[in-house]
Amino acid sequence: MAKELKLMKGNEAIARAMIASGTDGYFGYPITPQSEVMETLMAEKPWETTGMVVLQAESELASINMVYGGAATGKKVATSSSSPGISLMQEGLTYLAGAEIPCVIMNAMRGGPGLGTIQPAQSDYFQSVKGGGHGDYQLYTIAPSSVQEMYDFVFDAWDIAFKYRNPVLILTDGAIGQCMEKCYTRDFIPRWTEEERRQHAPWGTWGKPANRSHNIITSLELESSRQEVFNQKLQAKYREMEEKEVRFEALNCEDADYIFVAYGTSARICMKSMELARAKGLKVGLLRLITLYPFPKKQIAELAKKVKGMLCVEMSAGQMIEDVKLAANCSIPIEHYGRFGGIIPSPEEVLEAMEKEIVK
Amino acid sequence: MANLDIVKPENLVYTKTKVLTDNVMHYCPGCGHGTAHRIIAEVIDEMGIQDKTIGVSPVGCSVLAYNYFDVDFQEAAHGRAPAVATAIKRLNPDCFVFTYQGDGDLAAIGTAETIHAANRGENITMVFINNGIYGMTGGQMAPTTLVGMKSATTPYGRRVDLNGYPLRITELLATLPGTYYVTRQSVHTPANVRKAKAAIRKAFENQKLQKGLSFVEICSSCNSGWKMTPVQANKWMEENMFPNYPLGDIKVDGKLCENITADRLVLDHPLTVVNK
Ligand SMILES: Cc1ncc(C[n+]2csc(CCOP(=O)(O)OP(=O)(O)O)c2C)c(N)n1
Ligand code: SF4
Ligand SMILES: [Mg+2]
Repeated sequence: MAKELKLMKGNEAIARAMIASGTDGYFGYPITPQSEVMETLMAEKPWETTGMVVLQAESELASINMVYGGAATGKKVATSSSSPGISLMQEGLTYLAGAEIPCVIMNAMRGGPGLGTIQPAQSDYFQSVKGGGHGDYQLYTIAPSSVQEMYDFVFDAWDIAFKYRNPVLILTDGAIGQCMEKCYTRDFIPRWTEEERRQHAPWGTWGKPANRSHNIITSLELESSRQEVFNQKLQAKYREMEEKEVRFEALNCEDADYIFVAYGTSARICMKSMELARAKGLKVGLLRLITLYPFPKKQIAELAKKVKGMLCVEMSAGQMIEDVKLAANCSIPIEHYGRFGGIIPSPEEVLEAMEKEIVK
Repeated sequence: MANLDIVKPENLVYTKTKVLTDNVMHYCPGCGHGTAHRIIAEVIDEMGIQDKTIGVSPVGCSVLAYNYFDVDFQEAAHGRAPAVATAIKRLNPDCFVFTYQGDGDLAAIGTAETIHAANRGENITMVFINNGIYGMTGGQMAPTTLVGMKSATTPYGRRVDLNGYPLRITELLATLPGTYYVTRQSVHTPANVRKAKAAIRKAFENQKLQKGLSFVEICSSCNSGWKMTPVQANKWMEENMFPNYPLGDIKVDGKLCENITADRLVLDHPLTVVNK
């Protein structure tokens, strides 16, 4: 499939981008609001065209461990799920991070805790960027706020995953997964040849030839001194990501007195709130976070020197705000506005919160 | 000196297979794991598939199996090896993929992964080391622990009313259409080692046929966990393990063996109260 303009759901965009980006395998387990990812893949039958393997697993425990097995052979392997399923995957995620296996995971967040609701939410921020599993590790976490970004970020995710040998989490929510928007598709990137796989993943378990020693994929190191050195190496990798891979979008921030800080669906709402504010003569801007890890610390610190206050808008009880306050060193008023349980706030109520809490 | 004189290549009758590395194994003297490793490595060597074999090690005493096999290896989370192996094989269908797991790993925490990999008929080989105990964590009860058998968490013996029955997952797997070969072996005598090796060979050869999963249980002693000498442990295994876990083929070429009646599969479950 070449470049085309199409109308599609966010979940469908993820599936189509997987096929187009030369993904070798997808393993998943159904859960609302993202089941369309696997449904689209099954309907598209990519095993007949690109050779991509698609398999429905018996649980998210199995699907994330299938990602581990497949991706550790140096192939591009992905999965997707929603909050309760992602909770089950935490064991696999820490093993993937610990064994430094590149892979892509998509979470279409829904409201919690527990079984919660099937409606959209953004309450898995802590789980995503603070290490949902055990140990010191980070997932590169990227938050699309449109169907187009759902599509594009799959391609970006593969680049980052292999560049850093690290799992990449596409953190979205049920609203973006379910909504239909126009989306430019891309030219297909063929799946890697055997030769290319070996080049991209010399560490992979693809069968030991006579001229190299056996490749081992593990996160176990019983010798503490070596485990510490390994942790230091991981931390150095994370610092490099923080240095080089931060992404954000600053809208109307140059002359702003006040700014919204948001990502994903909340950022889309804030765009409208910002327009409404500007129409009223309020100089409001928006810092839309694209990467949640690495977090745009420097950019927030810079903005905190220029603006009078920030409103963090998140469909949660206030998770991202902790990182915003830390980055700004609490030097200006920073407040949270959020709805949860699957409620999406309106642009008007968000603006009202800005006026009441920050502008005053 | 006389002994050293005869150490010459032309006198060599038995040697370490090249598919095992030179690393010194960490297993307790008398443990079955080392022998099981050796026969798997011999099969890989004899089949000439070292460059095409990918192993998956469990969490358990054999977690470090990757240090001993000179083939590409992945270490899976506790119980997840069958899911890990599923994807390796699906994405690398020309490779020979095997899991190597203990009874806690395969039949407790990983039961779902085991059953579903078998039920999908994954073209992999699963080697199952049944020592009736959690060796690595210090000898706690496993799903396979015998009734009456003492362990760190059943200090007065396993009780059916409290802990349920010893799980014969191998018989259970034989009932699934996805399994092509299911057998139970042991490695406690040279004769049994030869039989177990033939079973492993068949289980690997079967991957070429693409007809489903091959499953080799190896009844194995954990003399440390059982708190016995290696010799006592082998004797105890014959007297107590084998009546509960009868040796031999259960399913061959996708068909249950003639001696495997419904009673043998399900009902014939001697609840031996063992004393040790
Ligand atoms: C999730 C998780 N739970 C518990 C453990 C602790 N643990 C390590 S090995 C093991 C049992 C292994 O027993 P078995 O599979 O029978 O192998 P053996 O050591 O007997 O060969 C347990 C419970 C762990 N590593 N991970
Ligand atoms: S504890 Fe048991 S299973 Fe583990 S190495 Fe020792 S004898 Fe073998
Ligand atoms: Mg055991």
